[in-house]
Amino acid sequence: MTLASLTKPWEAMSYGFLDASAKRELRRKMLKAIAVPGCQMPYASREVPMARGWGTGGLQVTLTLLKPSSVVKVIDQGADDSVNAASIRSFLSKVSGATETWDTTEATILQSRHRIPEERLRADQVLVLQVPNPEPLRPVEPNMSVARQMHADADYGRLWLILYEQIVRSGRVMQGAAYPSLVNGRHVMTPSPIPRWDVPKLHMAQHLTFLSAGREKRLYAVPPFTRVEPLVFSDVPYQVEDHAALTCHRSGVSGYFMNEIPQDDGSSAFEVSDSHLGIKTIRQAEGAAIRIGPTWYENGKMPQ
Amino acid sequence: MIATETALALQAPQLMTTPPLLTMTGVSRRYGDVVALQDVSAMVYPGEVLGIVGESGSGKSTLLRMMNLEDTPDTGDYRLALPDLPGNLFDLDRFARRMLCATRIGIVYQNPHVGLLMQHTSSGNVAERLLIAGERSFAALRGRAREALDASEFPLERMDARPIELSGGMQQRVQLAKAIALEPVLLLLDEPTTGLDVSVQALVLDTLKRLQRDRAITMVIVSHDLGVIRTMADRVMVMRRGRVVEQGLADQIFQDPQHDYTQQLVHAKL
Ligand SMILES: Nc1ncnc2c1ncn2[C@@H]1O[C@H](COP(=O)(O)OP(=O)(O)OP(=O)(O)O)[C@@H](O)[C@H]1O
Ligand SMILES: [Mg+2]
Repeated sequence: MTLASLTKPWEAMSYGFLDASAKRELRRKMLKAIAVPGCQMPYASREVPMARGWGTGGLQVTLTLLKPSSVVKVIDQGADDSVNAASIRSFLSKVSGATETWDTTEATILQSRHRIPEERLRADQVLVLQVPNPEPLRPVEPNMSVARQMHADADYGRLWLILYEQIVRSGRVMQGAAYPSLVNGRHVMTPSPIPRWDVPKLHMAQHLTFLSAGREKRLYAVPPFTRVEPLVFSDVPYQVEDHAALTCHRSGVSGYFMNEIPQDDGSSAFEVSDSHLGIKTIRQAEGAAIRIGPTWYENGKMPQ
Repeated sequence: MIATETALALQAPQLMTTPPLLTMTGVSRRYGDVVALQDVSAMVYPGEVLGIVGESGSGKSTLLRMMNLEDTPDTGDYRLALPDLPGNLFDLDRFARRMLCATRIGIVYQNPHVGLLMQHTSSGNVAERLLIAGERSFAALRGRAREALDASEFPLERMDARPIELSGGMQQRVQLAKAIALEPVLLLLDEPTTGLDVSVQALVLDTLKRLQRDRAITMVIVSHDLGVIRTMADRVMVMRRGRVVEQGLADQIFQDPQHDYTQQLVHAKL
């Protein structure tokens, strides 16, 4: 008998990069987060080969979810090909053997910064959102232990107060991205800096969403079929960005969230923000056998 | 005349036939070695104004904080005659307390920084109360905040100014508007006019008197200023070192003080 036969062969790292105890802790917190939708769970954020603030929170959740048969899609502001998205995606496949994809309909795990894809997610898919600042009460309560008590008391009057004052001052709600939303009628969460356009996609969705902030060491979840209601006054309806009528200058699709591209002549062109939806549309038009999944918005409107 | 440190027998005014709105019995509270309240009992009848006087550190503010359920005593019983809230209010959980405070009790603090969000608008400070109580219509919030500010005789053209930009008298009016916005059954006032100059003080007292007359709000007002108590209160409670040393009808206390300490207090004033 040799020593070598008693031990496992040398490996550069654990499966999925994080060691077993880190994953166990994260899984516990993820289960807790599912059990109390929208409630922030503290966790011990680990070192990953990426600087905090670049999606380390999302990355840790994704690493914990991965298995060899996973299919991962990573987007940054809707794009699969940005440097950050591409390097996270290749890191994920390298440490887990998971398959990489750009196609929303093929992915089993989607990690995203600031957008939710336009194609509807299904019950067998998990969305992981990277969150810079998980605390919706931060603008009204700088002391985080007081903020935690306010969550415990469901004391959200001051969040409404901010909206009230925006309407008083500007005639409308000015809150753009990261619109505070009530989850399951109990906890207010920051849905990460997704645009207002994307918030309704979380409401009663089929898929599970995790939101994780690595620097702030907090994660929370929206389980499938959970109410996610943006804070709105009964007489001032929630409004998504005015993008329904815009057309993508490259793919020709319209009725989706667009990126504004400033032109040399001072005007603006628009490009669909979910870049792979644009690619699929173009290839379909060219005659390729491409399947575009059902989208949340239809003709620029979200069916109720 | 015999001066004792124990409370003289509590006598309810003879003609009172309705039960008291507020009943506090045997409330004691220590902070470390400091006895802030010692076996304090109090009753306030509907529509009545109870004045609390006493020297600095006698426990007046502590008692008011108890009435506002901000703090729990070591022992004691506190009841408000509300149909939905039988039992000792000190036994309520945090959540129920917060709702009760927000919806049924209004408070004006001596220091507006305690009672107001200085960086938010004045109307917003009032609206927050309504929001806690569940109002979700913007138009209703705006309208009701305006009404409450108007009732507090706050200049409406400044309703969207931040309290930090306002004078002390105006800040107290914002606090008052916030306190009365939900038409509470009980209004607690902790030195509401201390720190204001005499003319502004008189105006704020006018507003309080008018509110009391128009709405018959039950009030408890704390002041070390006997003039304020004399203007406002129907009945007076004198506190010293955490105890109630004397109480009675305001006229009776001012004309014929029984306790040494009260005598000194009244004579010092005259
Ligand atoms: N939270 C606390 N922690 C420690 N001691 C306290 C606390 N609150 C009150 N006390 C003490 O209890 C006593 C009564 O204080 P309280 O503020 O009720 O007096 P007061 O009658 O309102 O005086 P003033 O007229 O100066 O406002 C004081 O000795 C005070 O130091
Ligand atoms: Mg005091």
